Amino acid sequence: MTTQTAPIFKVRDLNLFYDEFRALREISMEIKRYSITALIGPSGCGKSSLLRCFNRMNDLIPAAKIDGQILFEGSDLYDDDVDATEIRSRIGMVFQRPNPFPKSIYDNVVFGLKVNGYQGDMDEAVERSLRQAALWEEVKDRLRNSALELSGGQQQRLCIARALAVEPEVILMDEPASALDPIATLAIEELVRELSEHYTIIIVTHNMQQAARVSDETAFLMVGDDRAGYLVEHGDTNQIFTTPKHERTEAYITGRFS
Amino acid sequence: MLRPPRAEFDRDLRSLQDELLTLGGMVEKAIAKSLDALKNRDRDLAEEVIREDDIIDEMRFALEEKSIDLIATQQPLAGDLRILVTVLHASVELERIGDYAEGIAKISLLMGDEPPLKPLIDIPRMADRSMDMLRRSLDAFVDRDVEASHQICEDDDEVDALYEQVYRELLTYMLSDPGAIRRATYLLWVAHDLERIADRTTNIAERVIFLVTGQLTKTGVSTY
Repeated sequence: MTTQTAPIFKVRDLNLFYDEFRALREISMEIKRYSITALIGPSGCGKSSLLRCFNRMNDLIPAAKIDGQILFEGSDLYDDDVDATEIRSRIGMVFQRPNPFPKSIYDNVVFGLKVNGYQGDMDEAVERSLRQAALWEEVKDRLRNSALELSGGQQQRLCIARALAVEPEVILMDEPASALDPIATLAIEELVRELSEHYTIIIVTHNMQQAARVSDETAFLMVGDDRAGYLVEHGDTNQIFTTPKHERTEAYITGRFS
Repeated sequence: MLRPPRAEFDRDLRSLQDELLTLGGMVEKAIAKSLDALKNRDRDLAEEVIREDDIIDEMRFALEEKSIDLIATQQPLAGDLRILVTVLHASVELERIGDYAEGIAKISLLMGDEPPLKPLIDIPRMADRSMDMLRRSLDAFVDRDVEASHQICEDDDEVDALYEQVYRELLTYMLSDPGAIRRATYLLWVAHDLERIADRTTNIAERVIFLVTGQLTKTGVSTY
């Protein structure tokens, strides 16, 4: 069962540049399979940039380039022969604001499947994905209605269903609940916990309590004097939130950061 | 000049810790008074200890309420959270220690005008040791002193040994003169209360270790 316990990602000396500007400095970390890792840190510390490195989303920004390595399932994510589009279907992403397409609920879920030329049963895939995203019961009688009729929380769960439809291995979440009310936020957090049974999840959040509630591990990033983000501390969430090792982590999570 | 972040929370945390120390001082005084009442057969002083225990109880609830308010409104984490957990625990321990002092005062009243069965030697010694441990545990809390806390937990053995000695001695009295059983039992209760005081003091010391290191550990196993 080495594949169960081996880390799904290994990041080694990762630097990210936008032209001359270094956004991330020498990040090394491992992400455990079927775990939830929270990336926290002040604005501008590069946590979203780091998240976007995990599915090569930064490729879409012409000025962005990286050095160092990210190994995904043991092979280099940034190798020349790796198909970034294929990678993005194995490593899905959910964004801060729910961004459903102006299409029906059904069409939103099957969108990725159609792009990938999926040959299986679409109806079955829609039900499976919506059930996994804890949205099925609420929408099963109106799958042909516009996704834009849904509430913000429902739209975000739809976006999660859309990401799940292509059966990814990893889901990256960039502040997935920051635009939602507290009830919808808790529903998303609950969902994230359930999903971690079958998926590896990396979540960026500004909400410390959310990181504490939802994640197994927490990584704290900060902005250095050169304005590049670097990793201060990464460990079990319980340890980070009760007994952080670094003074800077303590200052940040207790709000003494200035 | 910007206000430092969380200035008000910092103030609240400081005053909470000050109040814990005030409670500790009151409890220490209660132990001393209860022993004086016992030694000097002083009824008024014993009654005073019993009366003042109500104030200790109230203060413990006030501390508990303030801690809960801060947890609910400030979402404390890391070091802040450990301070609040420590204050919550230590205030309960102090309140219970106050109850033992009240217990000693009540025994003193039960003894009425009878002199103690035997001259009080080891019992005041136990009281001195326990009060010293209590004082040092509060100092360790202020100084965040892990080493001193470990020492307090070790020193509990000494109080346990004294308790053992008192127990054997009183047992001898009871065996040789069944008529002395009632009076021997009074002193045994007092010794037991003092043993409990020392034990609960080690709990406070353990919390200080948690406060500093985040480790919840049971230091040493008490005989009683």
